[in-house]
Amino acid sequence: MSNRFDFLIIEEMVELGSKVLDIGCDDGSLLKMLQDKKKVDARGIELYSDRVNLCLEKGLPVVQGDANFDLEMYPDNSFDYVILSKTLQSVNRPRDILEQLLRIGKKAIVSIPNFGHWKVRLYLALNGQMPMTPSLPAKWYNTENIHLCTINDFLSLCDEINIKIIKSVALDRNGAQLNFANRIRSVNLIGEQAIFLLKKNND
Amino acid sequence: MTKLVKYTTNDFNLASGKSISPLEIAYETYGKLNKDKTNAVLICHALTGDQYACAINPITKKPGWWDILVGKGKPIDTDKYFIICSNVLGGCMGTTGPKSQNLITNEPYGLNFPVITISDMVKSQVLLLDHLEIPKVLTVIGGSMGGMQVLAWMSEYPDRIKSAIPIATAAYHTSQNIAFHEVGRQAVMADPKWHEGKYFEHNTSPEKGLSVARMTAHITYLSEVALQNKFGRNLQNRAKKTFSFDADFQVESYLRYQGVNFVKRFDANSYLFLTRAMDYFDLISENDGVLANAFNDLNASVCVISFTGDWLFPSIESKKIVHALNSKGVDVSFIDIESNKGHDAFLMDEPAMFKTIRGFLEAQYVK
Repeated sequence: MSNRFDFLIIEEMVELGSKVLDIGCDDGSLLKMLQDKKKVDARGIELYSDRVNLCLEKGLPVVQGDANFDLEMYPDNSFDYVILSKTLQSVNRPRDILEQLLRIGKKAIVSIPNFGHWKVRLYLALNGQMPMTPSLPAKWYNTENIHLCTINDFLSLCDEINIKIIKSVALDRNGAQLNFANRIRSVNLIGEQAIFLLKKNND
Repeated sequence: MTKLVKYTTNDFNLASGKSISPLEIAYETYGKLNKDKTNAVLICHALTGDQYACAINPITKKPGWWDILVGKGKPIDTDKYFIICSNVLGGCMGTTGPKSQNLITNEPYGLNFPVITISDMVKSQVLLLDHLEIPKVLTVIGGSMGGMQVLAWMSEYPDRIKSAIPIATAAYHTSQNIAFHEVGRQAVMADPKWHEGKYFEHNTSPEKGLSVARMTAHITYLSEVALQNKFGRNLQNRAKKTFSFDADFQVESYLRYQGVNFVKRFDANSYLFLTRAMDYFDLISENDGVLANAFNDLNASVCVISFTGDWLFPSIESKKIVHALNSKGVDVSFIDIESNKGHDAFLMDEPAMFKTIRGFLEAQYVK
């Protein structure tokens, strides 16, 4: 269910009739929703062929590819929005990928699971082991999430590489929106995930 | 009985500057064209294919070459779509080719047949669509040389297609692929029974040469894993090696069988001309070195399919096509299907491919 909350926030961020690329589009649910509700020109990239097939059945144009290698084939500014939903933590070079997103897209929408959530912190503090939670269920040695970060970490990276955050939304585990303004510390503690609308600072 | 359409009024002009007259196109159709003419699917066959894409091939009495994919309730459903498949220009199954009668010399063309290109094949298919009064096909689909034709459709007749499915193909024939074709052609031409392409005058045919060509080609259509799994080092109907050049190994026997069967149904000169057409195919050089420029006017949806185990037309070549289409903002999908069957995977039981084609085609049909 937490995914759906995530989608609704993304939907609010996307303008009607825009051109959208969803990287790691899975079965195409988000793209389909954006196509139906926001009349977007939808495109996707997905790593696994069985999921590509699910997208094709929905009539969505999706290219089987790997976010780590295949973003280079897209021309500059070819999309209004490039979406990376809960995928940043599993790519090889998150910083490079963020820069790619804002090369391809005029804006980017990035959502991350927050590794600064109090349950994650408590798990490590109490058990002395790598945290496992309902949203991060894999063991440290077989998780795809090789670059987990906290909301704070993400904000500093954006600052470092001159990315402007137009909008940020954090959600608690019930999907309720948390107020970001002046409360970063608590948002970083109780936010289970966060969604950011980004653009290049010099634009 | 195969359908035949004949053009006698005008010369059919070719890329080489030469022309053919008359031009006959042999084709098959399956299913029914709907009232709005929105359900036509054009199938382009590969090097040694023919117009008998599905049902029983009346000549071989075996199922058509893509019967696994095309038919009632199958991904390309004959209950839903109107399917057209024609024998390519230069072929030997009814469409004008080197074995057809040259009206000027009153004998078969043989080597006097003009060298044809993939574009020429597609141009003849356009005539067929005009004849069938179909302004735009729902999709054009094909693998290998069929895929090259699909790419030529996308490049040269973008307004005649709503969507396109190029499978296991490339925008140009690679050096290695040209090399393999050259080996095949040299095998045919080295056969004394070839008689400089005039074997019909001697009432014979270069069966040995064509058979060797087919054997070599057949290896390139499979994969090391597929051959190893199927035959290993197993011996053919014998307990031990014979210390001779008999077909001791099953794989030898299999290849010989493939060769012998092929020459029964295929014309050697056709093989020369069609392999040449593939060699000449190069959408990159034809577009000033930029593949993307081949697709400037393309408004169709495209679904590119490749197979991980295809070393003849490797996935990377399909990715180059996807890359070019992406850079032009074309509505493109791409799937690289996990398979160890080699290039011929597109002709075989590949459930993921069936799912891709069914899903994509249905979505295009309702769009």
